[in-house]
Amino acid sequence: MSLELKNVEKKIGLDTHIYPTNLKLEKNTINILLGSTLSGKTTLMQIMAGLDKPTNGEIWFNEKNVTGMKVQKRNVSMVYQQFINYPNFTVYDNIASPLKITGVSSDEIKQKVGKVAELLKLSGMLNKKPNELSGGQQQRTALARALVKDSDLILLDEPLANLDFKLREELREELPKLFEDRDCIVVYATTEPSEALLLGGNTATLLEGKVIQYGKTLDVYNKPNSLVSAQVFSDPPMNITKIKKSGENCSFLDNSVNWKTKINIKDGEYKVGIRPHNITTYKEGNNSLEIKGKVLISELSGSESLIHFTRGNLNWVSLSNGVFQKDVGDEMNLYMNADEFIYFDENERLVING
Amino acid sequence: MNKTINQKAWFFVIPVFVLVAFNAIIPLMTVVNYAFQETFGNNVFMWEGTRWFKQIMLSERFHASLGRQFLFTFIILFIQIPLGIAIALTMPKEGIGVPICLVLMSMPLLIPWNVVGAMWNIFALPDIGFLGYSLNALGFDYNFTQQIGDAWFTTILMDVWHWTSLVVLLSYAGLQSIQPAYYQAAEIDGASRWAVFTKIELPKMKKVLTIAILLRFMDSFMIYTEPFVLTGGGPGNATAFLSIDLVKMALGQFDLGPAAAMSLIYFFIVLLVCWVFYTLMMRNEGNQ
Repeated sequence: MSLELKNVEKKIGLDTHIYPTNLKLEKNTINILLGSTLSGKTTLMQIMAGLDKPTNGEIWFNEKNVTGMKVQKRNVSMVYQQFINYPNFTVYDNIASPLKITGVSSDEIKQKVGKVAELLKLSGMLNKKPNELSGGQQQRTALARALVKDSDLILLDEPLANLDFKLREELREELPKLFEDRDCIVVYATTEPSEALLLGGNTATLLEGKVIQYGKTLDVYNKPNSLVSAQVFSDPPMNITKIKKSGENCSFLDNSVNWKTKINIKDGEYKVGIRPHNITTYKEGNNSLEIKGKVLISELSGSESLIHFTRGNLNWVSLSNGVFQKDVGDEMNLYMNADEFIYFDENERLVING
Repeated sequence: MNKTINQKAWFFVIPVFVLVAFNAIIPLMTVVNYAFQETFGNNVFMWEGTRWFKQIMLSERFHASLGRQFLFTFIILFIQIPLGIAIALTMPKEGIGVPICLVLMSMPLLIPWNVVGAMWNIFALPDIGFLGYSLNALGFDYNFTQQIGDAWFTTILMDVWHWTSLVVLLSYAGLQSIQPAYYQAAEIDGASRWAVFTKIELPKMKKVLTIAILLRFMDSFMIYTEPFVLTGGGPGNATAFLSIDLVKMALGQFDLGPAAAMSLIYFFIVLLVCWVFYTLMMRNEGNQ
């Protein structure tokens, strides 16, 4: 089983929503579409589902061309950011609704709904209506509706975005389990890099209607093929600075930071990406590089400190474990490790990382 | 916490009290006053207890006008609500058509009641009015000033023309607030157009439809100006709805006591029907 997009392009009027895209999604995988709002995630999903037709290109499912085939015939299910359930059906009827239309026997419906309800911890509220449930339970109902029929393709469009923090964490932990042992392709759209990392599987980074990179989630994270892909897959945003290399010696363009390197790339100027968590307020290891910065804002979240600072005329972000309260305008030292730098050439393509 | 005592706040509240007193409480209490007393002029009043109420409740004239009123209201709700929803469903959801439709729809609502009555009066006149003349030319024996059925037909048509847009606008607002994802979810399920209407659109429109029905019930139940200008309650008393009958009694015959009692009964009927309807509609609403 596989879903393949061949040169799929979507234009509305003069606007291009999706630039020609090739993507092959394999059976039994979770595929994450990672990108900010308006990057084309939803459009891409709707094209995959058959809710929308591509302007050009073809969609192949199981080696069969399904371009233009209606969504009802495609055996897909979809979960949305908003909690979409039939408002005057009970939870039971909501979950059963996709089965009823296909004409499954009522015994089988009962058994399947019971099983899915248990999986999603809805067993106790099968007789309630959606508006009597909390947001988390409403979204669980919507998930149950998507899981109850054995879809070949399950699409989840930012399903956790409208939930508050705790419910989101709770449901996110359960999600990978839900798709285990299922003979299907899961596509999951999100704006949050951390969500992609937690779910694993494969990730496609998207920007303004273009798929930048597709591969195993960790590979995409560790080896971004371009600066853009790295930026999409970094929250808080990645720090970027220019450096020059000659022989073993590397330095920032302003010579403020120097280090020795063993990496084998030709001499010249490069752009270096440094993830915020690789810049810390404390030394890690022996060969830390020290930089000075002036604090712009410092934010605490839980046990992490996010410090925005300026160096020259560039803004930087650092993310350190522990609670560090800094005042605006403070001068401070920060530390980073050259092994964790990601090098890009003048075309912003990956050269080497670390 | 220490609260500072500041009586100046009263200055902000008093105008509202005064205004409400003058435009609501004092007139209402005057009516209540009349309802329990008999007067022969010269500001001399005699206590009559509940006599006027009994008289009204037992009077055939009141029963007849109340019956006409309920029939009229029922008919126009029966036409306007489904028609309004149907029109709202066919309206465009985006593009240049939206403002055009909205403006066209609000036109009838902007015309003053008495103008609507006068317009329809002339429009429906059998000899010179476009509607009346055309119907007669087509072979119908149509004369709304003479025939009861024609008078009702014209009054209902006028009200449908004047007020269906309100239902359309409210339903349209309800429809527009449904997220596109609902329609997609239904499409994925393979739901029919009828299922989408009954399972998604109607439930989602429930609140605005409740408001629409309440507004149309109250307005049509208290209708006065339009039928007064159109038919004057005639022929005979055929279109003398409650308010027309009330004005006849109060100002025509100057029976202030019974008229006041009738006003109060009228008021309580409107209140009761609205309350019962609203409670029934909102019975199963959870906390949203």
